[in-house]
Amino acid sequence: MTTARPTPGAAFWHRHPRLRLASVLGAPLLWLGVLYLGALAVLLVTSLWRQDSFTLVVTRTWTLENFATIVVEPAYRAVLLRTVAIAAAVTLIDLALALPIAFYMAKVARPLVGRLLVVAVLMPLWVSYLVKAYAWRILLGPNGVLDSTVGATPGFGLVAVVLTLSYLWLPYMILPVYAGLERLPNSQLEASEDLGARPGRTFRSVVWPSLLPAAAAGSIFTFSLSLGDYITVQTVGGTSQMLGTIVFANQNTDLPLAAAVASLSVLVMAVYMALVRRTGALEQL
Amino acid sequence: MTRRPFPVVTRCLAAAAVATLTLAACGTESGSGSAASGEPQEAGSANAFTPPDLPMLSELGEPEGQLNVLAWPGYAEDGSTDPSVDWVTPFEQQTGCQVDVKVFGTSDEAVSLMKSGGYDVVSASGDASLRLVAGGLVEPVNTDLLESYADVAPFLKDRAWNSVDGQMYGIPHGWGANLLMYNTKQVQPAPTSWSAVFDDPAAQKGNLTAYDSPIYIADAALYLMTHQPELGIEDPYALDEDQLVAAVDLLKQQRQYVGEYWSDYLKEVQAFKTGASTMGTTWQVIANLLESKAPVKAILPEEGSTGWSDTWMVAADSDHKTCAYKWMDWVVSPKINAEVAEWFGEAPANLAACEETSDPDFCKGYHATDEAYAERIHYWTTPIEQCLDGRTDVTCTDYAAWTQAWTEIKG
Amino acid sequence: MTLSGSARRLLQAAVAVVLLAVYLPLAVVVVSSFNADSTFSWPPTRLTWRWWQAAAGNEGALSAVATSAEVGLVAMAVALVLGTLAALALQRYAFFGRETVSLLVILPIALPGIVTGLALGNVFRTFLGVDLALWTVVVAHTTFCIVVVFNNVGARLRRLGGSIEEASMDLGASRWTTFRLVTFPLLRSALLAGGLLAFALSFDEIVVTQFTAGPAVQTLPIWIFSNLFRPNQAPVVNVVGTVLIVASIIPIYLSQRLSGDATGGRM
Repeated sequence: MTTARPTPGAAFWHRHPRLRLASVLGAPLLWLGVLYLGALAVLLVTSLWRQDSFTLVVTRTWTLENFATIVVEPAYRAVLLRTVAIAAAVTLIDLALALPIAFYMAKVARPLVGRLLVVAVLMPLWVSYLVKAYAWRILLGPNGVLDSTVGATPGFGLVAVVLTLSYLWLPYMILPVYAGLERLPNSQLEASEDLGARPGRTFRSVVWPSLLPAAAAGSIFTFSLSLGDYITVQTVGGTSQMLGTIVFANQNTDLPLAAAVASLSVLVMAVYMALVRRTGALEQL
Repeated sequence: MTRRPFPVVTRCLAAAAVATLTLAACGTESGSGSAASGEPQEAGSANAFTPPDLPMLSELGEPEGQLNVLAWPGYAEDGSTDPSVDWVTPFEQQTGCQVDVKVFGTSDEAVSLMKSGGYDVVSASGDASLRLVAGGLVEPVNTDLLESYADVAPFLKDRAWNSVDGQMYGIPHGWGANLLMYNTKQVQPAPTSWSAVFDDPAAQKGNLTAYDSPIYIADAALYLMTHQPELGIEDPYALDEDQLVAAVDLLKQQRQYVGEYWSDYLKEVQAFKTGASTMGTTWQVIANLLESKAPVKAILPEEGSTGWSDTWMVAADSDHKTCAYKWMDWVVSPKINAEVAEWFGEAPANLAACEETSDPDFCKGYHATDEAYAERIHYWTTPIEQCLDGRTDVTCTDYAAWTQAWTEIKG
Repeated sequence: MTLSGSARRLLQAAVAVVLLAVYLPLAVVVVSSFNADSTFSWPPTRLTWRWWQAAAGNEGALSAVATSAEVGLVAMAVALVLGTLAALALQRYAFFGRETVSLLVILPIALPGIVTGLALGNVFRTFLGVDLALWTVVVAHTTFCIVVVFNNVGARLRRLGGSIEEASMDLGASRWTTFRLVTFPLLRSALLAGGLLAFALSFDEIVVTQFTAGPAVQTLPIWIFSNLFRPNQAPVVNVVGTVLIVASIIPIYLSQRLSGDATGGRM
């Protein structure tokens, strides 16, 4: 066997590991670090400015009034609390729905059935978000599906928003949980049984440590997607408004206010992510 | 493979973050790009601001082959709503300007879309037009280049909402009032007054609808003009703090009965068809679309109504100004203005259109030539601090205050 | 795992209920696409093929699909490159700040779409002074597609470990040759799975698109949004939805077969 000598090029790269890293990491870091982080920074800076409502001129007068408005004005506070409450409700509902189905898919069903179930759960993801939201409008509207079959319907409002959002984001919760449970070796479960643990104990000691980060990862999606939503609330929400509604309505006519509201939602997500970070969820996104 | 720690990366990221923040603070342009924007002046003049100095087109060139139209629903029909209703295709064939129509639902949307750019011509109501002028988003219009301008009703020319210091900023399109529409089967007895939606809508709880825009506050103010005269409201767009509070309270009360606010006109059509909405403000075009499909009737209540007087305006940064002028000339030409007016259900701006309507009494029904009638409608206007009714002892609430109030009302 | 009979049956019942709930709205979509009444009164009294015929010839819908596909493919391609690079950097190098970079990569997808959209749209228009067009949408989509590829490839690299690449280099292959002949073939299925999911994300994206698309740009979600309430077009929207339901089986099944661990990362 001959040992080939390294080419000069290979030797160069080997001697300069920092340069190697830079060449690999450079492009994505530039894209995300400069473009995306930069955009977020610009947004934050814009929220500290002011836009005249008549001339639509954005003046670079440094002011905290936009943040003051959304924190102090009862209307904005109410919208913020309502949005967070909706996001929390959606996350809890999705968790409750996702756990049994993910557990079944990962651990109880036969492998073929499990795979088919994954496909079945993933299919709605490909159907347009708008089509699904509109389907819920038909489902819940007066003289709609629910009304004509059961005779009653929650109608358009917050309940409809929570139901629709829970429906829309369910696959985003099922899949990380499924992935987490799938990674759990069956042998551990069997060993636990062999050692005499009841299902409850097995769940607490063996399943839960794998489940928690996965569920937390899924919750980041459901929470974040609900926090910024404005289309579903427009379609089935009746008279309600959420944070996203305010941002969308003001994006050009009161950009600093929209930016402030957007920054606030970033803050909420940052807090949420910091809270779940310890569960290890961020690696499972 | 050797592994060595690289603190460099974090340092680089931190440096980049600081750099971008500094750049952002310094580099972001303020205002709307090239044109210097207007600044509000002291009270005294009818338009309390100086519009930016923008050039006017002096002559038409060759049609550019493309036109992006921003229009109220029903103003630029291309056959997609009803195959027989189409005045866009003949225009495209005649001028070679390919038309892309974007429809908006409220004046706020119109202003927002104009600010985001890309549109050549916009049909602006009075509560959008001056904001567009002040923001440097539209330019003065050379009426000499528009053949149809001559026949436009004189009482629509050189008005406060479409001109500044005698310079026209567009060509009038048409005008009309907001109406009260109700489901004749569900709403008994037939309403004659706005009190049906403000004072006693309990029977329609959950099925009431209202226009989703801060400008709707003027409708409440108009109601209070008649029913609470002690408030002293003269002009529904000139509200001082106390008057605004009264209007807001009325609307908060109304909100309990509202099922949905509407800004998408087709959403309202559907809501009335399915029965989700049974009563609320509307435009004639919505009632027209519902004609054979739902038992509805639209009336002008006894207190009078708010309304709109629309003007086609040219975007200052448009790349297709010749096509824009040709479009404006086309839509306000007698035959087309008649078509639009009949489809939408409004009074045409071009009085010569009255000869071209398929219904010979159309103009009479809409009082198109009746200047006195036209003056009675309270057209959408942007509220500003200088009271529009001429009061100088108080400051009136401006549109920013109305916007905030609207957010408060919706809750 | 063995469960008691009753527990198993209970679980199966729960799964059945969830599946039913998942597919009921989709069934509504399918039925509505045949509803003769364009206002979707329920139950439909007459069924018709009319909307399907209209959809087949609908230029707007077809060109919207083409635009969406174009955006999706380009965003997917760029995201594949950038995501793979990022994954390689994080899995094969140790450096201070790994967690920060990892957080940075997932940020576009962890933050609400409205923030990403507003931020990017604002940067394009005011900071860079460019008009919104098709490429601004592509850039925005790429940004949140990177993480999908990153997760898939990262998971695969983690599973592979670095030893096989080290062995290749010990035998004299350059880094590029190692990547080309050793790493890449092993990553292929992860790349395909990640790419498919990136495409899916981009294809259905509406929020960020609304903030970054020029007035002439009509991706499929934008087309659907503008036609959702139009009396003669809304049923066509449901036809499009039905087609998407059926057409989606193929790429999903494919992506399942391709990714070794059935979900591979985010999804």
